[in-house]
Amino acid sequence: MISIQEADFNVQDEMDAFRTDCPNIGAICCFTGLVREFGDRSDLTGMFLEHYPGMTEKALQSIIDQAHERWPINQVRVIHRVGELKMSDQIVFVGVSSAHREASFSACEFIMDYLKVDAPFWKKELTSSSSDWVEEKGTDQKRAERWKK
Amino acid sequence: MKILFFASLRERLQCDQETFNDITGISTAQDVVDRLSERGAPWDTALENGKILVSINQEMASLNSAVNADDEIAFFPPVTGG
Repeated sequence: MISIQEADFNVQDEMDAFRTDCPNIGAICCFTGLVREFGDRSDLTGMFLEHYPGMTEKALQSIIDQAHERWPINQVRVIHRVGELKMSDQIVFVGVSSAHREASFSACEFIMDYLKVDAPFWKKELTSSSSDWVEEKGTDQKRAERWKK
Repeated sequence: MKILFFASLRERLQCDQETFNDITGISTAQDVVDRLSERGAPWDTALENGKILVSINQEMASLNSAVNADDEIAFFPPVTGG
C-alpha cells in the first residue's frame, strides 16, 4: 500500500499492521528517512516536499512491482510525506515483510534506492532567510544502478 | 493538451499549468518545448536546461516522444525525494 500524505506516521503502527493475520511472515524490514542537516547548511530549519499527484503513486507502484518480481516478499508499505517538515521529522517509511529476512532486507533497500531516483518528489531546503531546491545527487543514481548488475 | 510544471521549474516560470488548444505543428515533446520557448524569457532559458525531465501521461518519456492532443505533458527537474 502506498500513502502520500502531509500527516506524520507511526512506525510501530505500521509494524503491527504487517503482523495482523499474516502467520506466514517471519521477517519485517523497515527504513525511516528523516529531515537532517545538509552538508554545510547548519542553518537549516526544515524542508518543503512537493510531488506530482498521480504520477508519484504510479512510479512507486512500479518500483514495488519490480521488487515483487525479484524477491519472495509478502507485503510492502510505502509512506512518503509532502508539505513542510521540520528538522528530524520523519519523511519516508518503507517496510517489507517476507518469510525469511534476506528477501525483506534486499527489497527494502531496492525500493528505497529506486524511490530516490524514479519517484517524482522534490525537496526544498528551508532556512530562516532563504529556500533552495535540492540538487540531484550522483551517489543516488549509482546506488540504484548497482541493482542492474 | 495539458502541460504541467513542477518544483524549481514551476517557480522559475511562475506557472504550474498551461493548456494548448491548438497543437498544429506539435508532434513531439520537443515541439512543446519549442512552442513554449517562443515566448522568450524566462521560458526559453528555463526549458533549454539539459537536466529538465519530461513525462507523458504520467510515464517518463523523452523529448523525442510523440505527443497527442489529449495528453498530459509534464516538465520537471531531476527528482530528490526520500
